[in-house]
Amino acid sequence: MKILLFSKRNIKEILRDPLNLAFGLGFPLAMLAILTIVNKNIPADAGKPVFAIENLAPGLAMFGTVFMSLFAGMLIAKDRSLAYLSRLFVSPLTSKDFLIGYSVPLFVIAAAQGMITLFASLICGLAFTAWLFLAVVVTAFVSVLFIALGLLCGSVLSDKAVGGFCGALFTNLAGWLSGVFIPLELIGGGFKAVCGVLPFYHGVEAIKDVLSGDLIGMLPHLGIVLAYAAVIYIVAVFAFRKKMRAG
Amino acid sequence: MQAIVTSNLTKKYGELAAVDNLNLSVAKGELFSLLGVNGAGKTTTIKMLSCLIAPTSGDAVILGDSITARPQAVKKKINISPQETAVAENLSVRENLELIAGLYGQNAAAAKAGAGRMAEQFGFNDILKKKAKKLSGGMQRRLSIALALITSPEILFLDEPTLGLDVLARRELWHLIKGLKGKVTIILTTHYLEEAEALSDHVGVMAKGKLSAVGTPVELMAQTGTAKLEDAFIVLNGGLL
Repeated sequence: MKILLFSKRNIKEILRDPLNLAFGLGFPLAMLAILTIVNKNIPADAGKPVFAIENLAPGLAMFGTVFMSLFAGMLIAKDRSLAYLSRLFVSPLTSKDFLIGYSVPLFVIAAAQGMITLFASLICGLAFTAWLFLAVVVTAFVSVLFIALGLLCGSVLSDKAVGGFCGALFTNLAGWLSGVFIPLELIGGGFKAVCGVLPFYHGVEAIKDVLSGDLIGMLPHLGIVLAYAAVIYIVAVFAFRKKMRAG
Repeated sequence: MQAIVTSNLTKKYGELAAVDNLNLSVAKGELFSLLGVNGAGKTTTIKMLSCLIAPTSGDAVILGDSITARPQAVKKKINISPQETAVAENLSVRENLELIAGLYGQNAAAAKAGAGRMAEQFGFNDILKKKAKKLSGGMQRRLSIALALITSPEILFLDEPTLGLDVLARRELWHLIKGLKGKVTIILTTHYLEEAEALSDHVGVMAKGKLSAVGTPVELMAQTGTAKLEDAFIVLNGGLL
C-alpha cells in the first residue's frame, strides 16, 4: 500500500512536468520522424539505407529509455534539495520501499514509452508482428540500466549536475555509442570494439533481435545490459542508503 | 510525564562534536524551543530525535521508545516540518496531504477525512486542487506543517518554521502553533527570539553542541538580569548587549 502510494506520487511528479513529456516522449518520436525523412531522401544508388526502420525503431526505443535516468535522477535530487526526502525518511517508509517506489514507476513509463516509439515506427514502415509486444517488454528491461544510473546520480549529485550527467552525457553516450545515430559498421575498428564492451549497443541489439523473432540471439545482448544494470543498481542502493543514514 | 529524555546524546563528524553529551527532558504537551547560533547543534539534535541520523553515542527515549533500538516505533509517533518547505511540488494540496497520511498507514477514507480537517484548520479549502509549487511561500509553510500534523503525531518537530516569511505570515503561523500547544509536544528551533519568547513553555540554549542553559523565558531573563529573551540569549552566548 505504502509502495503503491509512493509510486503513484512519483509517476505524477514525472508526468506532470511538461519538459519531461517533451523530452522523454517527444524527442524519440521527433528523431523517428527526422531520420525516416533523411532515410527516404538518400538516393537509392547509395546502397543500403543508413537508417532502415528495422534498425531505427529498436535504436530509438533503446534511446528513449535513456531519459529514465534523467527522470529518476532529477526526481531524487529534487526530493533531496527540497528536503522532501527528509520528510519521507522520517516516515515509516523503509529503504526497500524507497527503491521500489522510485524504480517501478520508471519501468512502467519506459514500457509505455517503448510501446509508443515502436508502434509509431509502424507508420514509418516497420512490419507488424506479434514480436512487437515482446520488444516492448525487452525495452522496459533495457531501461533498468538507465533507471539504475538515475538512482545513482540522484543519490550523489545535485539536481543541476543530474541535468548535466543524465540529460547531456548519458543521452550522447547512448546515442553515439549504440549505433542509433551512426551505424557502427560504417566506422568499425576500435570504435566498434569499445561500443561492443559498453551496454548501449547491446540494448539496441536485444530489441532488434526480439523484433525479428531471434530470442536466442537476444539473450546474450540483454544479459550484458542487465549485468551492467545490476552492478550499477547495487552501487546506487549503497549510495542511497548512505544518504538515508546521513539524513 | 516526559515525552523526550536524552542521555548523553552525541553526534560527531570526525573530531567535531556537533552535539556533545546532550541531556535534556521535555514534558508531554509542552512547546520546547531550542535556540542557538548557526552551528550550535539544533538541527543535528532534531535530526537525531526524529531518527534521520543515528547518534554517535548516547540515546534518547521518545514516549518510551529508544531512537537507537526502536526507530520504527519512534517514527510512528513523530513528524517533522523541516527547514525547507518540503512539499511535493507537482501534487495538489489535497494530494500532498492524502499521500503523507497514506504513507503513515491511514486508509483512503481516513486520509481524505484528515485532508478535509487540515484544510479547515489551515484555511486550504479554496486551494485544495492547486499544485503545491503554485502556492506562496507562506502557504507552502502552512502546508508543510499540515503535512506533519495530518498523521496526528504525538511529537512535532518544527525546524525554523517561519524562516523567510513576512511578518503577517509569521504571525499567522504563530497563531496556528499556539493552537497546538497542550495537544502536541512541539520541539521548535528558531533564530527569531521574539518567536521563542511568544510561543515557548521552556527554552534550551545550545552553544557548540552543548546545552548551556534551560528554563522558561522568564527564568532565563531573571538568570541574566535582562528584560527580553533576545538579550538573555546574547548574554548566555557571551555577546555584547
